[in-house]
Amino acid sequence: MSEVVGQKKALRKALAEELCLMAEEDPTLVVLTSDSRGSVTLGRFAQEHPEQLVECGIAEQCEIGVAAGLALSGRNVFVCAPAPFLAGRAYEQVKLDVAYNRAPVRVMGVSGGVSYGELGTSHHSLEDVAAMRAIEGLMVLVPSDATQLRALVRWLSAHPCPAFVRTGRGDVEVLYEAGTYFEPGHAVTVFGRTQDDTLAILAMGEMVAPAKHAAELLAEQGVHARVLDMFSIKPLDEEAVVESARACGRVMTVEEHRLAGGLGGAVAEVLAERCPVPLRRLGIPDEPTYEAESPEVFEHYGLTAEGILAHALAMLE
Amino acid sequence: MPLSPSKLAQLEAKAREVRRGAVTMTNRAQTGHIGGALSETDYLVALYYHLLNMKPDNPRWQARDRFVLSKGHCVEPLYWILADLGFFPREEILQFSKPGSHLIGHTNREVPGIEMNTGALGHGLSGACGMALAAKLAGEPWRTFCLVGDGELAEGSIWEAAMFASHHHLDNLFVAIDRNGLQITGPTEEVMAQEPLAERWRAFGFDVDEVDGNDIEAVIAALEASFERQGKPHLLILHTVKGKGVSFMENQTSWHHGRITAEELERALADLADPADPADEEVAS
Repeated sequence: MSEVVGQKKALRKALAEELCLMAEEDPTLVVLTSDSRGSVTLGRFAQEHPEQLVECGIAEQCEIGVAAGLALSGRNVFVCAPAPFLAGRAYEQVKLDVAYNRAPVRVMGVSGGVSYGELGTSHHSLEDVAAMRAIEGLMVLVPSDATQLRALVRWLSAHPCPAFVRTGRGDVEVLYEAGTYFEPGHAVTVFGRTQDDTLAILAMGEMVAPAKHAAELLAEQGVHARVLDMFSIKPLDEEAVVESARACGRVMTVEEHRLAGGLGGAVAEVLAERCPVPLRRLGIPDEPTYEAESPEVFEHYGLTAEGILAHALAMLE
Repeated sequence: MPLSPSKLAQLEAKAREVRRGAVTMTNRAQTGHIGGALSETDYLVALYYHLLNMKPDNPRWQARDRFVLSKGHCVEPLYWILADLGFFPREEILQFSKPGSHLIGHTNREVPGIEMNTGALGHGLSGACGMALAAKLAGEPWRTFCLVGDGELAEGSIWEAAMFASHHHLDNLFVAIDRNGLQITGPTEEVMAQEPLAERWRAFGFDVDEVDGNDIEAVIAALEASFERQGKPHLLILHTVKGKGVSFMENQTSWHHGRITAEELERALADLADPADPADEEVAS
């Protein structure tokens, strides 16, 4: 299964499809849910591979602990549930049962960020990247499209290690051609990279597409920016961050996450020590989150192509 | 199968030896959760010297029985036993809690024979559930054992795991509670009451039994009987004495964790000495 560039596809659906394919090939694959099979669109998986689905009920701490026990016993384990509950409620289990035990559990947090929109803060995960990247031994990935999601799930299956992966909920523009290879620790340039670039936009997840479109709009105005897909928050591609800062002289980060400690924080840490340049971080500020569906939330906080464009122009003045 | 008198004597002697090892380790390192280490020793000896199917020279042997110490702070007797059985060189036990050593004050998978890093309470049981489930899914006959503390039962994650074990009919899971009645702050029933304990676990769908947890013969008999019962996960409430075997530590809240001075060590070892051989006494008189 694969997508076409320009098409729209929800990453959680691509995840469910990919897991179905993998379950057929790999009898050791096991998926855990916490009353979450609906929200991860695992209905078909549950029907076709019932013996490879473990239901834990609304008990994320138990779910992660059980996942660790299964992984330590040799199973190929993926936990699939909403990101806010996996990253929040079960944080200690991810830190200890998974990462500290080096149990190769892939914690797949869907509907992250403000995907749940008007359901409010209890269902948002705007601090998950900050919290997870501080855990020693845990990989942190935020895929930007369905193609990349499929590739990373395959990569994780072939490279057992503790990992937290966050996706959204809705349909997202496909940026990459089917079969594109991705490797954690290696950022991907999705736009630009010329001698004349005066701004590097580092984006993650659902912000990569609008960042790319903003760069296209800038180009129409004769302004050159490059855009990097920072799907690999940990390990972070520090060389790509430094190189883009040196080449462009200016860096902007864009994320569906609080400003504290996420992609912007990670980039700021690297730049401050290795290549201090003007940095502007776009994201969700530290205030009660605007309550609306996620597209309206993005609009409200300028996390759109137009909003990114406006910030870019302001930086370049 | 009832134990022969000589086998029982051997196990009881081993339990004294393990206790002597635990107090010595604690004194040498000047740190150890010795109270709960002493209360759980008879159960550990029953497992490791009689019931568990494992291979010290192949700690990750796929068909082994698993044991998870969810009350991971009481690690001294477990490390001592693993060294004694040859999971790692005996002399390494001298490194317990020394700088840079893997033999830290909680369970550590870097130590051969340890199945899961624990320490933060309430985690081990769900890990044990995952292991038991793995055996079920693969149709493999190995068993999973898990020891939890009674203070630890206040953690909600224990009850999530209990629900899970029951719902998934993990009758290959054997949970035991080291019911010594004490925790750091004082008696469990004063800090956060756990009674009625057996009823709670029965209500959660467990097959429950209770036994004197410092009676090795009774512990083995209870566990072997539980091996024959199918359909539900198993719980064995081990009624134990915290600090068991060392007169000045028994039932003392203050000995939850201790350093053990040289003088205290001498007294403890005297309490834990093997009884004089009656044959020697006859010769002497």
